[in-house]
Amino acid sequence: MLIRYLSQIGKYFLMLKEVFNKPTKWSVMRGLIFKEIDDLVIGSLGIVAFISFFVGGVVSIQTALNLTNPLIPKYLIGFATRQSVILEFAPTFISIIMAGKMGSFITSSIGTMRVTEQIDALEVMGVNSLNYLVFPKLIALLLYPFVIGIAMFLGVLGGWMGGVYGGFTSSAEFIQGIQTEFIPFHITYAFIKTFVFAILLATIPSFHGYYMKGGALEVGKASTVSFVWTSVVIILTNYILTQLLLAS
Amino acid sequence: MIEVKNVEKSFGDAKVLKGITTTFETGKTNLIIGQSGSGKTVLLKSLLGIHQPDSGTISFDGRIYSEMTSDEKRELRTEIGMVFQGSALFDSMTVEENVAFPLKMFSHKTPAEIKERVDFVIARVNLINAHHKKPSELSGGMQKRVAIARAIVNNPRYLFCDEPNSGLDPKTSIVIDNLIHEITVEYNITTVVNTHDMNSVMEIGEKIVFLKEGVLAWEGSKKEIFKTDNEAVTDFVYSSNLFKKIRKAQNKED
Repeated sequence: MLIRYLSQIGKYFLMLKEVFNKPTKWSVMRGLIFKEIDDLVIGSLGIVAFISFFVGGVVSIQTALNLTNPLIPKYLIGFATRQSVILEFAPTFISIIMAGKMGSFITSSIGTMRVTEQIDALEVMGVNSLNYLVFPKLIALLLYPFVIGIAMFLGVLGGWMGGVYGGFTSSAEFIQGIQTEFIPFHITYAFIKTFVFAILLATIPSFHGYYMKGGALEVGKASTVSFVWTSVVIILTNYILTQLLLAS
Repeated sequence: MIEVKNVEKSFGDAKVLKGITTTFETGKTNLIIGQSGSGKTVLLKSLLGIHQPDSGTISFDGRIYSEMTSDEKRELRTEIGMVFQGSALFDSMTVEENVAFPLKMFSHKTPAEIKERVDFVIARVNLINAHHKKPSELSGGMQKRVAIARAIVNNPRYLFCDEPNSGLDPKTSIVIDNLIHEITVEYNITTVVNTHDMNSVMEIGEKIVFLKEGVLAWEGSKKEIFKTDNEAVTDFVYSSNLFKKIRKAQNKED
């Protein structure tokens, strides 16, 4: 079992090396990158905006409902919402949701190409199929931090609306909360995480799609396995990066 | 010309190719035939470089594949056209984009030159009003034509076809067979077709290589296949009653 996992990890890193070998002609690659930006980044904005706004609102309401002690100032609702959204919700939990949305899309599209011999066709033509298929996704997901930036903004905005319009706090108190003890490095930490998660989101689902074997049923199974592994690796990486960047 | 010398290939304990030696000639339609599991696909994939033979050599007009550098192999692959069993067209692209793909990847042609060549090749395979259709909008026969157009668009020296008739009705199969044969003669390319369709053998089999359990059991032309006494070949060819009758009639004529 352990040897199988180690072998898979080794295969993953060899895949990464191959992604950067023998690059595809730039005139072709440019079109692929724009297509991936549209599919993966632009196509995710709607769901990210929707989830971020409402979860931000829920975080704010939950915090307010748990602050039952009258000695605790109301501005802590804004403070807690900001910390939750910026530190964890936007970078980590949106990434796990994206592991489901983007990840299953990547695995199933590459997996279907494998099943229908389209990847063999690329290889026979002399195209480096890993560079052709994975590299544009990797480049497109360099824009992923922008998605997370939008998630942060909408999460806090949702928190403000939930708190203020739900009658739990005043607008001034909430804004005071989101300005209290603001540490700019927390934003840097969140975007460092986001950048690492973007690489994981592009490559782990590609790995599961590229090396899958079988037919249509296996494409579905590969998508599920890909989601599980992407989520697991994101959570483990999140722990390690938090320990390294915040606790040291 | 493609020369295969003593090629052996195993998967685990199963020896799939057992010392295959043959030649696929230029300007001819060379057929690899045999029952399912006889090693046809493994031989074809070995010719394509998808499988590495355990021993033996494959040479393309004197260039030994196993001795080539990665760049030389990549260069050789640009000289190869391949028609896959399921056509393997790119789903996200139109017919025109599929056919133009090898040119965009490997040629230095201008967009106008690419368009001109793509139009010519699409017309050559008799596809009408299909330029902007996606593969999912085409019939099986039309998909095969697009696959052939894509395979020949870059003027390949070698054309490989894996079961080009699979899933097609007999009439369309003959059209596809004839198209492959015409293109082979017209462009003087080395064509290797992997099939178990006896109609294809009768239509276009200029050189036939018969595999049985990984061994080259017989080779010859379509005329010779009816006269051979090789038991393995006769068992395969005359498994169909139709061909038994044809043989009977031919023997009477002789």
